Amino acid sequence: MLLLWNKVNLHKYINLFSSIISLIISVIILSSTISNKIISLQIGSWAAPFGITIVSDLLSSVMVVITAIIGFSTALYSIGTIDSQREKYLYYPLLQFLLMGINGAFLTGDVFNLYVWFEVMLISSFVLLALGGRREQLEGAIKYVTLNLLSSAIFLAAVGILYGIAGTLNMADLARIIPLIEQKELLTVVSILFMVAFGVKAAIFPLFFWLPASYHTPPVAVSAIFAGLLTKVGVYALIRFFTTIFTHNIEFTHTILLVSATLTMLTGVLGAVAQNDFRKILSFHIISQIGYMILGLALFSPLAIAGAVFYIIHHIIVKTNLFFVSGVVKRLKGSYLLNEVGGVYKFYPIIGLLFLIPALSLAGIPPLSGFWAKFVVIKAGLELNQYFVVGVALLVGILTLFSMTKIWNEVFWKDDPTGNNRNINEVYQSLDKTKKLLIFIPIIFLALITIMIGFYAEPFFTFANNVAAQLLNPKEYINSVLGMR
Amino acid sequence: MTFILAIIVGLLYGAGTFMILRRSLVKVIFGLIFLGHAANLLIFTIGRLTKGSPAFIPIGAETLSEPYADPLPQALILTAIVIGFGVQAFAIILFKRAYQTVGTDDLDKMKSTDELQ
Repeated sequence: MLLLWNKVNLHKYINLFSSIISLIISVIILSSTISNKIISLQIGSWAAPFGITIVSDLLSSVMVVITAIIGFSTALYSIGTIDSQREKYLYYPLLQFLLMGINGAFLTGDVFNLYVWFEVMLISSFVLLALGGRREQLEGAIKYVTLNLLSSAIFLAAVGILYGIAGTLNMADLARIIPLIEQKELLTVVSILFMVAFGVKAAIFPLFFWLPASYHTPPVAVSAIFAGLLTKVGVYALIRFFTTIFTHNIEFTHTILLVSATLTMLTGVLGAVAQNDFRKILSFHIISQIGYMILGLALFSPLAIAGAVFYIIHHIIVKTNLFFVSGVVKRLKGSYLLNEVGGVYKFYPIIGLLFLIPALSLAGIPPLSGFWAKFVVIKAGLELNQYFVVGVALLVGILTLFSMTKIWNEVFWKDDPTGNNRNINEVYQSLDKTKKLLIFIPIIFLALITIMIGFYAEPFFTFANNVAAQLLNPKEYINSVLGMR
Repeated sequence: MTFILAIIVGLLYGAGTFMILRRSLVKVIFGLIFLGHAANLLIFTIGRLTKGSPAFIPIGAETLSEPYADPLPQALILTAIVIGFGVQAFAIILFKRAYQTVGTDDLDKMKSTDELQ
């Protein structure tokens, strides 16, 4: 799974090839996790809880599969769009390092190891973000780097205190030991520290300010992979920690998560309304969508967590695809600003259609994937009588639709501001057939997955239910890792 | 010993928080470095200090004799220091590059990414 090539030549093809390989391997892992329960690997044959453990349960393995899908799409899209200057400065190896960090974070079964994978992921994302060195890139990167380093410091401190209390850092061992620990107050403090640390990475309210400041600055392929995967690593860590490990004081911790989730949804979507930049609107929508996932976690019923998992699967694919489309529009019309573009639908109705699928899915229009994701989370909320939160979630859905309609009107529907709808940027004209094809294949691929999740929601939903059941009953996880039968 | 270290950790956290809230890039970097060191020392202190008895098995013996220092926090800190060092070096270069490109080290003036277009 770890893709560690660093050859300077043939970066593109090695990158593409390794993405395909990792896609195949991840599907194999997923299928064996589904049939054989949880797989764990003790690195260096040190038995858990002493060595580092790599664990693949249902949640981890599905995340790895999605990472591989996104990695593959981005690999294709990058070949079509990334300039030779960036390619020369090790763009593709960095992409692979990023994917390695993300996969590692999903698969590890050790808290400190998770920290290490976070750092691998962060340092490659720092470089990818700053590569190119334009003014707004550097400014965005400063905010991104500072806040993420801060969250890493908090994470590290939390790891230290947790070790001081529990005497172990293996997640399964922690899940076993924590109910036995007497100092509940101290545990709550540690869990809040973890919540803040992961909250910064997941961009939940009020810790999200680095995201809209930085995500619209790098090239589209980079924005897309960041938007799809990076925040979701934070969400994954939150789900893992607050279902498997910290369940000693649900009333306190999950209430904080609930309030935060509600505010995250609202601020994200309201922030998007004010924006005029295609990618900034999408960035703010990432925040509001993160709110739904955290909402699912905070409600803490099996159905709600299944909803959160479903939401993550749907969101990663849709969001990455929207960023890809924004890149196509930029290439076509030469700008991301909504008031400077227009008329795309008249001559390129296919691009319009390809935008519409993920956009409507994001807003939750049936029968696309977003509808089912929202439906499950909201149904879980209704079952728990959280009417206010459900109301907010529905309102945010409508506002999302409003935002997407705004993009649709401005970019695709209205006439080009120059008055000539055939006004095509020379960047697009200069692209040859293969490059155009490379740009469109990943978009179509991801749109097809969105439609598939929408129309065949049943198996995905059953799967998400199984994930939730596994998360809420950590016994199986503990037994698999610690080797108790 | 634990008491002194606890005070130092507190001071480092205080100084780091103060520095990171400054507007100057250089001070922000110092703040980040302080916070990193504070976290490292915190792990060291909270992993229970044992003076003068490293975790080596004496020649001829089969197991460790009590009391011995827990080697795991030390391993954690070592990893954290290495990672922190790399990341901080990157951050310093990034900040220098930003200073050269933007022409100011005042963070309040670096807000072009947050403005509405």
